[in-house]
Amino acid sequence: MSRNKSLKDFEEQIRKCVHCGACQAHCPAYLAEKREGSVARGKIALAAALLDGRDNLEKRLQQDISMCLMCGSCVTKCPNQVPTDEIVGAIRREITDEKGLSLVGRSVSAFIGNRPLLKAAVKSTAALSSLALKKVPESSGLRLRFPAPIMKNRTLPEIPAKNLYDLFPEFIQGNGEKPLIGFFAGCSIGFLYPQIGAAMIRILRKMGYSVFLPRGQQCCGIPALSAGNGRLVERLADKNRDCFAGQDLAHIITCCASCNGGIKEYYSTMEGNFTEFTGKVIDFTVFLKKEGLIEKLAGMEKWPNRKRVTYHDPCHMKKQGIIREPREILRALPNVEFVEMEGASECCGLGGTFSVYHYETSKKIGSRKIPGLMQSGAELLATGCPGCIMQLQDVINHSAVGVRAVHLLDLINEVSGW
Amino acid sequence: MIDKTVLKRLTEIVGKENVFDQKSDRITHSYDATGRSYLPDVVVYAGSAAEVSEVMKVANRYLIPVLPRGAGSGFTGGTLPVQGGIVLVLTRMDRILAIDTENLVAVVEPGVVTAELQRQVEKQGLFYPPDPASKEFCTMGGNVAECAGGPRCVKYGVTKDYIMGLEVVTPTGEIIRTGGKTLKNVVGYDLTKLFVGSEGTLGIVTRIVVKLLPKPEAKKTMLVQFSTIDGAARGVSEIIRAKIIPTTLEFLDASTIDCIRDISPVPLPEECRAILLIEVDGDREIIEKQAVRIMEVLQPLSVLDTRIAENAEESEEIWQVRRSVSSSMRKINPDKFNEDIVVPRSRVPDMIRALENLSREYGVPIVNFGHAGDGNIHVNVMVDLREEGMEEKVHNVMEDIFRTAVELEGSISGEHGIGISKMDYMGMEVSEITMRYMEKIKESFDPNNILNPGKIFQKPIAAEGAL
Repeated sequence: MSRNKSLKDFEEQIRKCVHCGACQAHCPAYLAEKREGSVARGKIALAAALLDGRDNLEKRLQQDISMCLMCGSCVTKCPNQVPTDEIVGAIRREITDEKGLSLVGRSVSAFIGNRPLLKAAVKSTAALSSLALKKVPESSGLRLRFPAPIMKNRTLPEIPAKNLYDLFPEFIQGNGEKPLIGFFAGCSIGFLYPQIGAAMIRILRKMGYSVFLPRGQQCCGIPALSAGNGRLVERLADKNRDCFAGQDLAHIITCCASCNGGIKEYYSTMEGNFTEFTGKVIDFTVFLKKEGLIEKLAGMEKWPNRKRVTYHDPCHMKKQGIIREPREILRALPNVEFVEMEGASECCGLGGTFSVYHYETSKKIGSRKIPGLMQSGAELLATGCPGCIMQLQDVINHSAVGVRAVHLLDLINEVSGW
Repeated sequence: MIDKTVLKRLTEIVGKENVFDQKSDRITHSYDATGRSYLPDVVVYAGSAAEVSEVMKVANRYLIPVLPRGAGSGFTGGTLPVQGGIVLVLTRMDRILAIDTENLVAVVEPGVVTAELQRQVEKQGLFYPPDPASKEFCTMGGNVAECAGGPRCVKYGVTKDYIMGLEVVTPTGEIIRTGGKTLKNVVGYDLTKLFVGSEGTLGIVTRIVVKLLPKPEAKKTMLVQFSTIDGAARGVSEIIRAKIIPTTLEFLDASTIDCIRDISPVPLPEECRAILLIEVDGDREIIEKQAVRIMEVLQPLSVLDTRIAENAEESEEIWQVRRSVSSSMRKINPDKFNEDIVVPRSRVPDMIRALENLSREYGVPIVNFGHAGDGNIHVNVMVDLREEGMEEKVHNVMEDIFRTAVELEGSISGEHGIGISKMDYMGMEVSEITMRYMEKIKESFDPNNILNPGKIFQKPIAAEGAL
């Protein structure tokens, strides 16, 4: 029995959609494609049809249901708050269960656990060597996000030789006066961008905290959720909860918006006791604000040659209302001249596994950010999500704008003396 | 089901990637904001006037109904394929072709989203006033088809006042042009005006020339709370009598206020029974004066509290009160029947009183808010259709509402159109003979009756596939 919600569980919410069309103004997939099948309202109509037992909903239904980044933009703007992202997840799980296939007819589960297949897929990209990929755990969402041959134009970060777990032990001692903080790093930071994790640990230690980086932590589950693999999400969630249990932790910090969203928005919708775990999980910007770091930074003398930086809102931070904190940090940083860009809150186009299956649309969604970025005159595009960084850098590389996508922690890490 | 030969022809015209005939495609193009749905046989996304024209020719040859569709956000079923056929979607045609700052016009394709046009012209210091509530997602083509309005229409007028010229594909597939870039034009009949508000029954608009205005320098937003609805209604007349035409003059009645009290960013005490939301725009000095004058004329009425926004944030807060209305109403009952009657400005208080009486008489909640400044009231009958006999009750209460509006020299629709939702009531307002003239026009444009059949004054022939 699955512990995830089924489509049936959403019946009442599905009936709440009044087909007003407001989602059209906010759905990144619709704005790129302009097709009713890709907008929330269309998917809800299909969900209702599935509930009504309509059969022979053929291939296009799968295609339409795959056209969702699960970003939640439509949910916050829906007059009746219909949770389209969760409903799409439920449909994908049913399709996957029923057909044993992923939404594009390839087996996602096989992709996770099947090394030869994975190797074959990875061989086609120069940026990744299968050797490097060996360091990434079998169940990591990175494997789901890694390009299949269809994405041969994708530019990717190099996988570093040492991952976060090579660089740091499980326990990192602070000054003993402050409590222990758990650190949920996630796959992107753990294996692709360990320097972001290192910056997080450095900042926590500077504040005096001890850090707990459990070896048993897994992928948060967002890519698996996006691929419709409910069982895998259950397995990952249990392992993540259990590896942080038994320690007396003040918080469990994340510096990946997707991980934070995956855990905080999703785990509690499953059967099983997750509330204590998810209650402790906190986004790093919220934590740093609480700790008074913003005042400290604001009190410092501004650097003479500051970098011009703008900001991109990750969907999973936006959805939880974490909009102010990152901007306050950027305004306070002495090494930064912050400028707002038009379209800051528009989705980057990554969307879990969306960009694997719909690379062209994903690029199109991301490229909507370019005019605003150019207009801002920024040399750095800061954000709070490594997934967004990977996607934005790819979009930027294809558009020949000389901007680098960076993590907020990279910028905070440059500043000492607070 | 669509005939193989027809499908092949359509594919030749627009390309394989723009023809959709799977069951799920038909489902996702079967509805609009009315809550009703009818399955089309096939969905076509056109990319140009030439393609639209070719599709119409095929449809004429095989006598297949064609339904032009933009965002599908209409409230009266204008885009519903009540007799099946081809749903012809125009959202791909979404280019702003020109913003002409010398002649103050813009040229757009029908799939351009209204708010996007507004954003682009405002960047150039210009202004496109019509602002339907759905402006963030509705399309210009749809605005033309329904003659969309909005809160700003009190001062600026509605869509028809801004449409100068059109390119239209006729029901028989010819491409014609009407009007143009000049303000003055009396060469033959004013076909432009005929197409605006024709609900997609006379032609498919493929290009639109709109009039622009200079963007007003500033605006000022005010929220005034009254202890009686009469105070608010008299307030509207007093403002107009003081020779001020505000940009917006919205009102919320007591039942609306009850719905939003918990979520309103502005505190609304129990004794507040009506609200006026007033906005003026123009040169800074003028609007300051106007705001003062408005407060003066309202003072003697039953005013509880006034709030004048001093900056954009405060103004946004006031608008948030108005915007929270729609979603809060479902608290009362799950099913909403929203109508947009309009009466002469001076009759608004009479209409509101009549609505209160009808609500009592039938025992159903009726929530009213809307554009008091131009007499356009959004009437929302909130019911639970699962209750025994409710369907019939709704029908009767609607009939009484429309009859009252017509008796007060008003009209049964200000902005939404007739479509299929108000068909049964059209006869209250329009005489047999007038209706016949409309029918004659429709026949001469569309001899095979294939463009959006079964709407306005034509009873639909029941098609298979009604969901």
